[in-house]
Amino acid sequence: MLKVSNLQARVDGKMILNGLDLEVKAGEVHAIMGPNGSGKSTFANVLAGHEAFEVTGGTVEFEGKNLLEMEPEERAWAGIFLAFQYPVEIPGVGNTYFLRMALNAIRKARGQEELDSVAFMKVLREKVKLLKLRDDLLKRPLNEGFSGGEKKRNEILQMALLEPKLAILDETDSGLDIDALKIVADGVNALRDGTRSVIVVTHYQRLLDYIVPDHTHVLYKGKIVKSGGKELALELEEKGYGWIQESHAA
Amino acid sequence: MTSSTETIHELANQKYKYGFVTDIETDSVPAGLSEDIIRLISAKKQEPEWLLEWRLKAYRHWRTMAEPRWPKVDYPTIDFDRIVYYSAPKQRPKLDSLDEVDPELLKTFEKLGIPLEEQKRLTGVAVDVVFDSVSVATSFKDKLGELGVIFCSMSEAVREHPDLVRKYLGTVVPYTDNFYAALNSAVFSDGSFCYIPKGVRCPMELSTYFRINAAGTGQFERTLLVAEDSSYVSYLEGCTAPQRDENQLHAAVVELIALDNAQIKYSTVQNWYPGDEQGKGGIYNFVTKRGICAGVNSKISWTQVETGSAITWKYPSCILKGDGSVGEFYSVALTNHFQQADTGTKMIHLGKNTSSTIVSKGISAGKGQNTYRGLVRIAKSATHARNYTQCDSMLIGDRCGAHTFPYIEVNNNSSQVEHEATTSKIGEEQLFYCRQRGLSEEDAVSLIVNGFCKEVFRELPMEFAVEAQKLLGISLEGTVG
Ligand SMILES: Nc1ncnc2c1ncn2[C@@H]1O[C@H](COP(=O)(O)OP(=O)(O)OP(=O)(O)O)[C@@H](O)[C@H]1O
Ligand SMILES: [Mg+2]
Repeated sequence: MLKVSNLQARVDGKMILNGLDLEVKAGEVHAIMGPNGSGKSTFANVLAGHEAFEVTGGTVEFEGKNLLEMEPEERAWAGIFLAFQYPVEIPGVGNTYFLRMALNAIRKARGQEELDSVAFMKVLREKVKLLKLRDDLLKRPLNEGFSGGEKKRNEILQMALLEPKLAILDETDSGLDIDALKIVADGVNALRDGTRSVIVVTHYQRLLDYIVPDHTHVLYKGKIVKSGGKELALELEEKGYGWIQESHAA
Repeated sequence: MTSSTETIHELANQKYKYGFVTDIETDSVPAGLSEDIIRLISAKKQEPEWLLEWRLKAYRHWRTMAEPRWPKVDYPTIDFDRIVYYSAPKQRPKLDSLDEVDPELLKTFEKLGIPLEEQKRLTGVAVDVVFDSVSVATSFKDKLGELGVIFCSMSEAVREHPDLVRKYLGTVVPYTDNFYAALNSAVFSDGSFCYIPKGVRCPMELSTYFRINAAGTGQFERTLLVAEDSSYVSYLEGCTAPQRDENQLHAAVVELIALDNAQIKYSTVQNWYPGDEQGKGGIYNFVTKRGICAGVNSKISWTQVETGSAITWKYPSCILKGDGSVGEFYSVALTNHFQQADTGTKMIHLGKNTSSTIVSKGISAGKGQNTYRGLVRIAKSATHARNYTQCDSMLIGDRCGAHTFPYIEVNNNSSQVEHEATTSKIGEEQLFYCRQRGLSEEDAVSLIVNGFCKEVFRELPMEFAVEAQKLLGISLEGTVG
């Protein structure tokens, strides 16, 4: 589904990704861990097409297409979804209105019929129930004044609604209480149907108890320096990154 | 991958959608201005002597005045001798229904997406069409007549209700007020007159659509709206003009008078031809709009959405004379390409316990220059007066400008004045967020800007708010960033 080879990217003239390789097959869950500043969010943003990051080398293939040539919205239409580490606030734009615009934009691009407000509300209610989101958050402006946890949950609501083929979760678990963590995990697991894939960026193995990864990777200085199964996350939790940094430096 | 700025420029280059000219035979006077021309205009309109005298006084005063140069706008000197000061569609018999209206005119409105019949039928809006200076269609008159509401063209008001016109004309904006108000007083061709009697709540929104049509004709509208004690009226003014090469001068005057406990809500959507990508052509919009809250606890609200014109120079103001009276000003002004806007308001507090609210949203794109200029003056007599001003600017791209000139004069110490101002660039992160969710860049910009303007749009009547958002969307196609 996704094949990243030797990806290099920089921002403000500073190299952040230095030859990143990763392959994600349909239906798989990959966890990416790594110290602060190692390039995890940069990687997620590059996949989503953020223009602040300049790709200087390597290739990214998504379902046979050259992802790097696509505009951000084209990537969204193709099925890529990024749950942001820091979701932005958009004052004056109602959350529900935004959700419907987003869903219809994606449906339209996929040749599906756009949903009228009645049909949309039906779909929305279902997802809201699943994610136990408070109703008033739907009426408020997008992310404006939402608590950290509410923002994250709202990201997952969008994911549930847009049903992406590849969901990238950038530290969605950070700042969530235990109940919210389970709800988010339920949301992600509900998406898994053997064909959809997930990349989970996290600092804590706790989330991975609920969203069990097929593969775990360590990103360090813009490169995947170690890969393993679920147990690698446990090992990292116990030992930290020091041992990897040392072995990598050596 | 194209950079977002490139796309923005592409979007910004879409053509003005409402550029077309309707061909209706016009009946014009020669170009230039003199006492004879004014006599001719007055005669054509079969006006009473007192009005001609008033026009002549205004003209003589205007001759002594100079064009104001203090606004932060830049344009070539206007040759007032080349302007045609009067043009009217050929006289037609009175119309009973829209079916009798010139099909050309109806087509024009269709292109604008303003189907009159639909509006009459669906929304119950009474429409008084001012087309090139003379009203050609008036509807719902009978219904309004039952309530004693007068809603007609200014020419008709001069004929049918001369005492009312004479009593109020020029009382809020005297002809000595400023250069353009003096010019307007001398040559105004037509406009609307509204009178809401005591205790009447006008059951429908009164609406006028303006068009500037004949080439080279400056349009000088004069609107007078009087709300008697405890009455209420919501008035809608919307306009859009055909594309042309020559700059067109528009110098309207609007006067509002609210007596005891009366409320006037005046909403404008302005979408005149802004000129092309090089800044050629476009309307010069030099307007004087002022209302007086003459009575106790009266209220005047101005809401404006300004997306058109090459130059906008406009400060809808409130004189808060009655104790406890309220003035409001909600504004969205958008400038793109070479458009320039110098707009804002004046809130003059004279009465006790008067309060005013100013919410201004300026959006600049392309090489657009957007200036907010606002005056809050609290007189010594205006004890316990309050003002709240919020003035936000959004920049799209990096070749445009936003400027804010708030003037505050407080002459007593029991009053409260609050001023907040922000300037922001349209957020790259916000745009990226929207696009990541599948919105095109154009839709994303439109969404973010509409969100930015929400506080103003929610002040507009429902149907008008929808239209305003559409206009903003269209202008954003030519403004996006
Ligand atoms: N827009 C930017 N301008 C300058 N530097 C940036 C920018 N974005 C990221 N960086 C730098 O790139 C490096 C990688 O940042 P990134 O956000 O990808 O790290 P991360 O692995 O997600 O970290 P964390 O675990 O703290 O979220 C950091 O040194 C960061 O300061
Ligand atoms: Mg990060």
